[in-house]
Amino acid sequence: MDVNTLLNTIEISHILFLGFAALCVVAAFNVILQHNPIYSALALIIVLCTLAALFVTLYAPFIAAIQVLVYAGAIMVLFIFVIMLLNVREEESKTDQQKYLKYLAVPFFLAMLGEVFAVIKTVGAPPASANPPGTVESIANGMFTNYVLPFEAASVLILMAIVGSMLLARRESAADTNLIEDALNAANRSTPMPAIETVREIEEEVAA
Amino acid sequence: MSSLLNSIDFRFVIESLIKVAAVFVLGLLSPVSMNWIERRGLAFIQNRLGPNRTGPFGLLQSVADGIKFLFKEDITPLEANKWLYTLAPVVMVVPAFMATIVYPIGPTVNLPYIGPTELYVTHFNIGLLYVMAVTSMCVYGIVMAGWGSNSKYSLLGGLRSSAQMISYELSLSLSVIAVVLMTGSLDLVEIVKQQSGWGGMRWNIFGGSAGVFMILPVVIGFFIYLISAIAETNRVPFDLPEAETELVGGFHTEYSSSLKFAMLFMAEYVNMLTVSMLATTLFFGGWNGPGVAQIPVLGVLYFFLKIGFFMLLYIWLRGTLPRLRYDQLMNFGWKFLLPVALFNIVLAAVLGVIFL
Amino acid sequence: MVPLSWYLALSAVLFTIGVVGVIIQRNIISLFMCIELMLNAVNLTLVAFSRFLGDVTGQLFVFIVMTVAAAEAAVGLAIIISLFRSRETINVDEADLLRL
Repeated sequence: MDVNTLLNTIEISHILFLGFAALCVVAAFNVILQHNPIYSALALIIVLCTLAALFVTLYAPFIAAIQVLVYAGAIMVLFIFVIMLLNVREEESKTDQQKYLKYLAVPFFLAMLGEVFAVIKTVGAPPASANPPGTVESIANGMFTNYVLPFEAASVLILMAIVGSMLLARRESAADTNLIEDALNAANRSTPMPAIETVREIEEEVAA
Repeated sequence: MSSLLNSIDFRFVIESLIKVAAVFVLGLLSPVSMNWIERRGLAFIQNRLGPNRTGPFGLLQSVADGIKFLFKEDITPLEANKWLYTLAPVVMVVPAFMATIVYPIGPTVNLPYIGPTELYVTHFNIGLLYVMAVTSMCVYGIVMAGWGSNSKYSLLGGLRSSAQMISYELSLSLSVIAVVLMTGSLDLVEIVKQQSGWGGMRWNIFGGSAGVFMILPVVIGFFIYLISAIAETNRVPFDLPEAETELVGGFHTEYSSSLKFAMLFMAEYVNMLTVSMLATTLFFGGWNGPGVAQIPVLGVLYFFLKIGFFMLLYIWLRGTLPRLRYDQLMNFGWKFLLPVALFNIVLAAVLGVIFL
Repeated sequence: MVPLSWYLALSAVLFTIGVVGVIIQRNIISLFMCIELMLNAVNLTLVAFSRFLGDVTGQLFVFIVMTVAAAEAAVGLAIIISLFRSRETINVDEADLLRL
C-alpha cells in the first residue's frame, strides 16, 4: 500500500483513536513506572479521561460522562485524598524482598501481550452495527428490565461498602493515633465554644 | 488526504469557532466585571467605600489589577514540585471554561447577514451530565496546587477541598434529578425550550411543564442545589480550602499574585458563572421571560439578569455569613443535605407517577 | 470507522500494563491503581463489543463494573488507612504478619 492510498483511506476517527490511544498507553506506563504515588494517580486520571474520549468515539456518551463523573471525579479524588492524608512522598526502597520480580516483569509483559494478541487475531471483524446503543434511554431500558437484579445487587454492595469502610477507618478508641482528625482539624482545633459561652455569660450578667 | 478534507464541514467549523470565542470572551469578562462588583458590593455591605480611585467609580480597578498581575515577578517556591505547581492553574481553568459551552444564552435570533443563529455553542443529549463531569474535574487543580506548593497551608487547603468536593458533589448531582424527572431530558437546550409556556414564565421553579404539582420537589431541589453549588465553588460560607483567616490563602498561598494566581482567580469566577448559568437554565427558565416570543434578543438580557442575580447572591452571602467549621461542614453535607436530597428524589418520583 | 481489533488491542495493552504494574509495584496505593487500570481495560472491551454488536448489555456491565470499583476503592482505601495507622507503612512487603 503506497502512501497516497493510505492517506485516502484515513478518516478523522482513525486520527482521533490513534491520538487518544497513544496518550492512554503513555499515561498507563506512567502509572506503573512512577515512584511517587501522586504522579501515578495523576497519570491514571489521564488514562481515565482518554478512555472516556474513546467511549465517545464508540457512541457511548452516557458511559463516557459517567466515566469522568464517577471514576475521574470521585474515585480518583478519594485516592488522592488518601495519598495526601498519609503524606506518602517518594517511596523508600528499604527492603525490596522481591527484587527479581522486576526483571521477570518485562518477559512476562511480552509473553502476555503476545498471548492476548493471538486471541484477538481469532476474533472476527464484525461490521459496526448500524444503530449504536448508548443513549440514556436504551441503558435505562436495559437496566430496569432485564438487568434489574444486578442493579439492585450493586446498590446493596454500595451500602455494604459504606458501612464496611466506616467500620474500618473508624478509630477504636481515643488513644489511637488521631490521624484523620489531626490532619484535617489541626487548624480548626482551637475550639471557639468556650469563648462563645463566655460572651453569653457576660450578656446574662449584663442583663441581670 | 482529499477524503479527509472533504469530510470537514468548514462552515460548521468557522461558526463553532466564532461561538467558542464569544463564550470564551464572556468567561474572561466575568472575573473582570465581577471583581469590581464584588469589591464595591462588599464595601457597601460593610459600610465603607471600596475601590473608587481608578477610573469613574473605580471601574478600571480590575484592569489595573490585571496589568499588575502581568508585570509581577513569577516566583516558583524553591522546594515546590515544578510540574504540579505550574500545571495546577491550567488544570483548574480549562474545565471551568469547558463547562460554559452547553448553555443556551438566548433563543434563535435572526442576525443581519447571517440569518437564524442558535445562541449556544453545541448541544447534546447528555448536556447536564457533561456539565457535572467537567466541573468535577476542577478539584484536581486545587489538589495539585495544594500538593505541588510543598507548604503546610496549601496541603491542608487541598485536603479540605478534595473532601468537601466529593461530599457536596453527591447532593449537587442528586438535587437536579427532580428537574430531570420532570422534563424527561438531560439536554439543556431542550430543558429551556420546555419552559417557554405561560408567556415565558413557565419556569421549572413554578412547576414548569408538569404543572403546579411538582413545585415542592423542584423548590427543595433548588435550595439543595444552591447550597451545594456554593460549596462546590468554595465560596463563603464554605470557603474552607482558601480560608484566609486560618490557612493564609489555602491552596493558593504560594501563588504570589503572578499570572498563575490570576488564572486560579479566574477559574473561581468562571466556576461561579457556570454554576449560576446552570441554576438559571434548570430552575429559572434560562432565557425565557415575558416578551421573548416577540423580541428574541430580550432573551439574552433576561439570561444575564438571572445570572447577575445569582452572582449578587454570592456577594451578599459573603458579606453576611461566617465560615463553617470543618466538622460542621461535613455533618451538614452528609447528615442533612444528602438525606434530604435522597428524600426529594423519592418525593419527585412519587409525585411524577401520580400526576404526570 | 475504526475496526474492532484496534480497540481490543489497546485494551489488551492496558490490561497487560496493569498486570505488570501489580508485579513491580510494592506500594499498596499504586497496586490499587493498577487494578483500576485493569478494570478500565476490560471496560473498553465491553463498550467496544457493545458498539459493534449493537447490544446495550456491554454498557450495562460497564456501569456495574464502575459501581463495584467505587465500592472496592472505598473499602480498600479504608483498609489502607487502618494498615497505615497500625504499621506506619504502605509497603505490601511489610504487612506480612501471617507469614511463617
